[in-house]
Amino acid sequence: MTRWRLILDISKTHLITKMKSTVTASLGVTFGIGAYITLVSFMTGLNEMLDGLILNQTPHIHLYNEIKPSASQPVERFSLFSDALKPIHSVRPKQEQLKIHNALPILQNLRKDTRVLGAAPQLSAQIFYLSGSQDLGGVLVGVDILEEDRLSSIGDYILEGNPKSLHQSDNGIILGIGIAKTLSLKVGDRIQVGTTVGGIFPLKIVGLYQSGIADVDNVRSFAKLQTVQRILGQPQNYITDINIKLHDINQAVPMATELQSQLGIRARDIIEANAQFETGTSIRNLITYAVSITLLIVAGFGIYNILNMLIYEKMNDIAILKATGFTGTDVSYIFMSQAMIIGLAGGGLGLLIGFLLSRLIDSLPFETEALPTITTFPVNHNPSYYIIGITFALISTFIAGYLPSAKARKIDPVDIIRGN
Amino acid sequence: MTPVLECQHIDKHFTKPVDFHVLKDVNFKIAQNEFVSIMGKSGSGKSTLLYILSTMDTDYTGSLYLQGELLTGKPSNLLALARSQHIGFVFQFHYLLSDFSVLDNIMLPARKLGKKSLEEIRDNAHEKLKLLNIGHLANKRASRISGGEKQRVAIARALINDPAILMGDEPTGNLDSYNSENVFQIFRQLGEEKGISLLVVTHDEDFANRTDRILEMEDGRIIRGH
Repeated sequence: MTRWRLILDISKTHLITKMKSTVTASLGVTFGIGAYITLVSFMTGLNEMLDGLILNQTPHIHLYNEIKPSASQPVERFSLFSDALKPIHSVRPKQEQLKIHNALPILQNLRKDTRVLGAAPQLSAQIFYLSGSQDLGGVLVGVDILEEDRLSSIGDYILEGNPKSLHQSDNGIILGIGIAKTLSLKVGDRIQVGTTVGGIFPLKIVGLYQSGIADVDNVRSFAKLQTVQRILGQPQNYITDINIKLHDINQAVPMATELQSQLGIRARDIIEANAQFETGTSIRNLITYAVSITLLIVAGFGIYNILNMLIYEKMNDIAILKATGFTGTDVSYIFMSQAMIIGLAGGGLGLLIGFLLSRLIDSLPFETEALPTITTFPVNHNPSYYIIGITFALISTFIAGYLPSAKARKIDPVDIIRGN
Repeated sequence: MTPVLECQHIDKHFTKPVDFHVLKDVNFKIAQNEFVSIMGKSGSGKSTLLYILSTMDTDYTGSLYLQGELLTGKPSNLLALARSQHIGFVFQFHYLLSDFSVLDNIMLPARKLGKKSLEEIRDNAHEKLKLLNIGHLANKRASRISGGEKQRVAIARALINDPAILMGDEPTGNLDSYNSENVFQIFRQLGEEKGISLLVVTHDEDFANRTDRILEMEDGRIIRGH
């Protein structure tokens, strides 16, 4: 205990009398850590936003009935022609129901599965938006709006109104912003929709939807599942799509395969749907870390240089300390503790500066069509970055201090004293 | 009575740049309370001998005893302990830590030894300063005092752990005659009052003649005085 007090006293005196070098070395660390925190908070914030753009709108697994031609045509089953050449022209898709068979029991089962965060039923219907003599083609998606909001944050894309207002209204619609603009409609107005089988239904606009993708916004609107079932004249179990969100996205591929063979319907996983997405994320993360580590290594070299210089300057001090009974280990601890103090002070200040800078970025205005609810730059204030930052500061100063300290430990006092 | 310091058959070679037999079979003893000086021409090996005796240089053959205890071959941390406990050292150039105050300089070896509380060490340091008539310098920075004062501070530091033997490598070599005389008187006084043995390497014949015994060295051998 007293030994450490003595060692810290000596390093304190060294650091204070060499204030300029101390400050320079600390600022090197401060800069490195501050830049790391700012960069990593900002980059991961952006990454999360971009990932969110895709991840929120894409279910991890999408269950639906695919329309496709039969795999084997009737003529192929006829044994008489088994070794004959059978040219078939104009193969048509099989006539099939779009609805998922036994959708409600499937939903119930999925919700019991421990891997599943949630499963939301959807029913998409081809409709026309009617306005005077104009018919605009479009898609009306019937959803369980509250479940949808929980799983895919649909609320983030609703400009006016909110998911609750749709939930409470039996004939409400959240209209795509493109359609609203074309038809000069606003929240509170009424719109008439026609179905492909005939029949016109008036709906009340309770919100506007903007995904940021014009092609979607010009076509898609949302209503309650029951509303769409009623418009189509279909029963309560008429569901065309089931969107599944998992706890762990990595489970998506095996589970999709499992569901597809188990239920006999198409199950498309997110990796299949967005192959490029993961590559982009991992490369952005790689760049962030490469830049941060470079900054910290540069700071580490700064400390190494300054400690090395300090040790040359303090050669006499080292000799005299050793001559008066200090061991080599004591001497190396003196310099190690200086490095660690520089690392701790510089790193701590770096964390503060990083925090303030990322706060500043967080408050800068940033408006994008893609994410209507975002008004400032996205920043990820994850405390684990601060822990990584200070740990890295301490590790790099430890390494930077270790070599000069080891040198100081080995200095032979006789050489110094004789040399003078 | 066991001698304070004894060395038997000390041999040392310098291997760089060429092999050089610097100490050849050196034997002598120093009794308690004895004031011994080592004289000799430059290159006769007297400083080399002194560094071996101070335990800082361990690259030699032969045996070295401090108060009857064999030090040769001990690990460096035990040597450092023995050094701080029993040996005080004064160099030709003052060798104070220039960033520290005079008082801190004196206290450092005692704080390293850690046998006493900080208050006791501070009182002790003040006492040593008074003994050497430099009590008024206590809080000055070591780089801000004169050469003669520095050498006295160095002596005070050498004394802080109440060593059995005080070694000096030309402690007056860098001082004018007034300050040299002063340092000699202090050494004399320490020997008489505290019973400390003294071993001083010097070029100064007047200084050496007034010590109890002169060890004269030539070509790595003690030719007179042992």
